[in-house]
Amino acid sequence: MRLLVGIALKHLLFRKRQSLVSLLGIVLGVAFFLAIAALMQGSEKDFITRLVDNAPHITMSDEYRTPRKQPVEEVFPRAALELRNVQPLTETRGIRGYEQILSDLHRTPGTRAAAVLTGQALVSYAGRDFSVVLNGMNPEEIKGITTIENYMKQGSIDDLIIDPDGIVIGTELAKRLSLQMGDNITIVASTGQVRTFKILGLFRTGRSDYDERQTYVSLKRVQALLNRPNRANSIIIKLDDPNDAYQVAEQLEERYLYKSVSWQEASEDLLSTLTIRNIIMYTVVSTVLIVAAFGIYNVISTVVMEKHRDIAILKSMGFHGRDVQRIFLGEGLILGLLGCVMGIPLGAAIMAGLMQIRFNPPGASEPVNMPMDWSWPQFAIAAAFAIGAATVASLLPARKAARVKPVDILRGGT
Amino acid sequence: MSEVVIRTEKVTRILSGEVPVTLVRDVDVEIKRSEFVVISGPSGSGKSSLLYLLGLLDTPTSGKIWLMGQDTSSFDEDQLADVRLSKIGFVFQFHFLLPEFSALENVMLPMRRLNKLPESEVEDRARSLLVDLGLEKQLNNLPKQLSGGQSQRVAIARALANDPSIILADEPTGNLDTASSKNVEGILRELSEKHGRAVMVVTHEARLAENADRTIRIVDGRVQA
Repeated sequence: MRLLVGIALKHLLFRKRQSLVSLLGIVLGVAFFLAIAALMQGSEKDFITRLVDNAPHITMSDEYRTPRKQPVEEVFPRAALELRNVQPLTETRGIRGYEQILSDLHRTPGTRAAAVLTGQALVSYAGRDFSVVLNGMNPEEIKGITTIENYMKQGSIDDLIIDPDGIVIGTELAKRLSLQMGDNITIVASTGQVRTFKILGLFRTGRSDYDERQTYVSLKRVQALLNRPNRANSIIIKLDDPNDAYQVAEQLEERYLYKSVSWQEASEDLLSTLTIRNIIMYTVVSTVLIVAAFGIYNVISTVVMEKHRDIAILKSMGFHGRDVQRIFLGEGLILGLLGCVMGIPLGAAIMAGLMQIRFNPPGASEPVNMPMDWSWPQFAIAAAFAIGAATVASLLPARKAARVKPVDILRGGT
Repeated sequence: MSEVVIRTEKVTRILSGEVPVTLVRDVDVEIKRSEFVVISGPSGSGKSSLLYLLGLLDTPTSGKIWLMGQDTSSFDEDQLADVRLSKIGFVFQFHFLLPEFSALENVMLPMRRLNKLPESEVEDRARSLLVDLGLEKQLNNLPKQLSGGQSQRVAIARALANDPSIILADEPTGNLDTASSKNVEGILRELSEKHGRAVMVVTHEARLAENADRTIRIVDGRVQA
């Protein structure tokens, strides 16, 4: 094998300029493949991290995926009966026995949960009504589950523990209503109940709609305002391992019957969009390497054509067809390997350069660096693709070389 | 009695095509160890075709070739290549040296492929073959830095690298000046006389035929009695 590699190297070194051009193609191909793939994967991971971190991993709501079976259906499962317009047992919507479910979840290792009662309300100001969403929750529970505390500009969610008559609102709402910390705000619930809250905190997520409409209040106060005592309309759950969310949601739904949606299910369309985006991205960046592979194919084909006589001599000496094939495959492989060795550092340098670029994404309050995925699979994929492309590109001319019949060439003379 | 190294029986080679071309027909020859045989005949008579058949570079359409007593008709491509590597040395009209390799490396190639000697011995043997042929100053020259005669001597050294029993030369002096031709002739003659190799040379040169142990004359693909 050393001999064959030696011959392959000699061939490449003898045609320095052609070899360098095809090598440059692979180097640039690997570098751009790596940089673009790392950027796309980085943005995807960043997106998923934001998705996973900012939202609950599982949301249990006061709905059923399929209507609950009526007792008569359970007693006569095979009966020819049809029940229509079944009235709910209770008129008060919400998760019944949510406290029991919560305490079960609190006992489950690796799980954090909080009950939330959400409802619409109005804020009247200067003759205008603003619609807001009241999020009733227990501040000590909510902190580990949502990231709202990270977006606090003034005050804290914890302040609601000390003063349950407080409210936390977004900076956009505060701006529209010309309110400040410590001011009072009057809320009219959909039940007609009116209550005044003191502003204990201001948050800014960067999403103007959220900052204008969402408010955080103590759960007990919202239950009273909405006239739904001992009810929560959702339980939000965070898991130590977000990847378990799908299975855990299924188990919870099976156990408590309430619709439990994992972050994967909620973002199914987004995740499938990301998959499509990945396919498009890898197709585009692979094209760069495929073009580079054509360069290798071109060089090796030319070498094979020019070397017909030498191939004939090698075979007349006693080299096997597969030896000749290995020589030319080796040439492709050497170009592919060298392309990786030189292209990966260049790609890493481009990645490092791209990471220095800071920009303001829509809705973000602070500039962020370009997200980049530095994980080893990116490097492995780029290297494997380059070596694979180089090998495939050299395979065809190598096979052609192996089939050369020495006598056909020798008969032709020079 | 000298050992027969090559024997053919009714060897025929026809090139297929719209109009089949007969290169050699019903050739029966026998070459013994230490024999210096010249194959002569007019251009296009089938001399080189016979040489390629005897050197197992081509396979007969019909008939059999025995090499060192072994019937080669059932050999596959790899077996034929292995026999060529260890038992046959070729010298062509054009030296056909690999242009990327120095004279020394060209001679080392067949030995490296055979892989029977350690690398140091391979180099020593290649060096010694080239020195014996008067190329001690051209060891590291590339083929383009050698004259025609020097290149042909490197090609002979390469043919001798694996110490083959048979040397087949196709017009080895056809492209050389008179002095170089005489030199190459002398070397080939010596290979059979002193080293006991069977040497077969295809040539037009009358002088070479005169000095041969035997001449096989081919006309229209047939051996003339």
